[in-house]
Amino acid sequence: MVVGALHVGSVKDAGYNEAQHAGLSKMMSNVSGIKLLEAENIPEGPDAERVMEDMIRQGAKLIFPQSFGYQDFALNVAKKYPDVKFEHPAGYKSADNFGTYWASSHDLSYLLGMAAGKATKTNKLGFVAGFPIPQILATVNAFHQGARSVNPNVTTHAVFNGSWVDPGKEATATNALADEGVDVVTMVVDSPITVVQTAEKRGIHSIGYHYAGVSQFAPKGWVSGVTFEWGDMFTQFANDTIAGTWKSQSLLPGLGSGTVKLADWGKSVPQAVRDQVASEQNAFLAGTKHVFQGPVYDQQGKLRIKADEITTPAAEGTFINTCDWLAQGVIGQTK
Amino acid sequence: MADVHVVRNPLADAFRRERLQNLAAPLKWAAWIALAFGIFSVILLAYGRDPVQAYSDIFNNTLASSYGMSEVITKMIPLVIMAVAVALPARLGLVNVGGEGQLYMGGLFASWGALTFTHLPAWLLLPFMGLLGFAGGALWAAIPAFLRAKGWLLEVFSTLVLNYVAILAIEVIVFGPWRDPASANYPQSAQFVAAGWLPTFFGTRIHLGIAIAVVAVTIFYFVLKRTRWGLEIRAIGGNPEAARRNGIPIGWYIVLVLAVAGGLAGLAGMAEASAVYHRLSPGLSSGYGFVGFLVSWLAGHRPWAIIAVAFLMAVLITGGDILQISQGLPYAAVNVLMALILLVVLAGRTVRVAR
Repeated sequence: MVVGALHVGSVKDAGYNEAQHAGLSKMMSNVSGIKLLEAENIPEGPDAERVMEDMIRQGAKLIFPQSFGYQDFALNVAKKYPDVKFEHPAGYKSADNFGTYWASSHDLSYLLGMAAGKATKTNKLGFVAGFPIPQILATVNAFHQGARSVNPNVTTHAVFNGSWVDPGKEATATNALADEGVDVVTMVVDSPITVVQTAEKRGIHSIGYHYAGVSQFAPKGWVSGVTFEWGDMFTQFANDTIAGTWKSQSLLPGLGSGTVKLADWGKSVPQAVRDQVASEQNAFLAGTKHVFQGPVYDQQGKLRIKADEITTPAAEGTFINTCDWLAQGVIGQTK
Repeated sequence: MADVHVVRNPLADAFRRERLQNLAAPLKWAAWIALAFGIFSVILLAYGRDPVQAYSDIFNNTLASSYGMSEVITKMIPLVIMAVAVALPARLGLVNVGGEGQLYMGGLFASWGALTFTHLPAWLLLPFMGLLGFAGGALWAAIPAFLRAKGWLLEVFSTLVLNYVAILAIEVIVFGPWRDPASANYPQSAQFVAAGWLPTFFGTRIHLGIAIAVVAVTIFYFVLKRTRWGLEIRAIGGNPEAARRNGIPIGWYIVLVLAVAGGLAGLAGMAEASAVYHRLSPGLSSGYGFVGFLVSWLAGHRPWAIIAVAFLMAVLITGGDILQISQGLPYAAVNVLMALILLVVLAGRTVRVAR
């Protein structure tokens, strides 16, 4: 079977694209007889439509348009080729031959916030992100609440670059945070390399996102990170397509699924902290604790989440998609 | 506008000289391009790929397939319009690097029309969007034109800088007031009503913008060759001081010509938003302003050469992805081919100009 995949950036970004690429590689080794057609640096625009057409003309039966902004263009192609299956990440549209997938990482952001709260000496954490959209604001809040759960004096300094890919701004933001006294920095940008490298250069800790492989850029300061492991999910998509049992689904696995997990701990993280995080993770898995456990107050001191208000996956999903505020102790603008 | 300082542009002078010796141009062109493909073959071999197979993949997926050909033509539409938006002012000795920004402003104005007058029928809405697109690009180009006509600022700088201003302005708008609530916070406007979509033909993505491109090149050709305006434009481009002494109002020509060029770029923006995206998006131009600039300079700002060069660039852009898909070449290798062609052609040109 021929499989096609489009990436919006380079598959060597140690981030979003490389995680997807690694998933495809695992799919290739799990399923024999697959020919993979891959194209990098395809902008989220009409060019993507042509690349998908070209792949289908070369026999592709399963297409991964692996960036959110491909959604409408991929749907155009899907409409034209009902026999070809599409799997699109993090979208909100679907069709009979067009499924969506992503994985929920907010629990992990909370757990990593705990590790950050333990690691900081200055009680200042940094967060570099693309845009203040609801999913990201919820991530910042989860990280911050995790940190406060172990260290009530922590403040989190959030910087939004207005771009998912802008190494210049990411370096500037990381340096500015270090200048302010931040000594643990994390991020949600497509390639975590710049933030992690800059943090290492400044001698501060870093917490990654997207791909565990980014830890190689911070041999000293690495704490841990969120890593997405798409291999098993993609393998399933390929097997289902071959078997003719593929169905359009909207997948969002979370903690415990294996699709999204904590990266390996850095050397600097003491065993006691690893144990504390592990026991909190078990509480999340058992459902005895929840990531957006109230009470949570916003920057103006207004009560935003009441105790035991958000305890189901559905309520969490709604919150993540609508959050438009930052928690008390987060320094940053929501607009 | 009495005291006009016309700053001479050495590059433009070189091209002017070169136009005199352009008889064998197409042949030389073909030779230079063949040389570029030859050098790239060596790179392909170094990658362990078969160059013949690679080139036939490109050929089979662009020129030899009706789908591929339709995509090449679709790609040519903005490239031709954007090249004319550079070539027209270039004939006056002006360097318009601002096509990208003018395209975006045209797209912005046209989108406003499409998002505001949702009840209009297509036959009314589309021409109105075209007018708005033209106006948006023209106004954006009129700023540097005015500064240049006054002798305050070279248009080569102001048009370049205004590109970034235009793109940032679009981002502010699509991240803020125009953000589509139905697009999960993705920064783009709401989709236009169907009446605001330029029609496409034969089940391909070739759209009515092709008429704009054809008309733009044709008018460019006839105005320059057959009208008094064209004569005066060429006179200013040839010797601004003499033109001024002959009573040609240089300042007005600068503003008029740059505004028309900006208007054309704005039309390209309108066409991309209306026919391809059906909405305002910060990705509206895939670098068409800059590629169009290259097309115009490589074509020596000649109308028919623009079509030929735009065709070549469109084949390279659409065929470039094929090298990734079928040959498994990295993205960077594809860019090397483009860069080689530009390098070889420009090097060849420099050699001739220097002689």
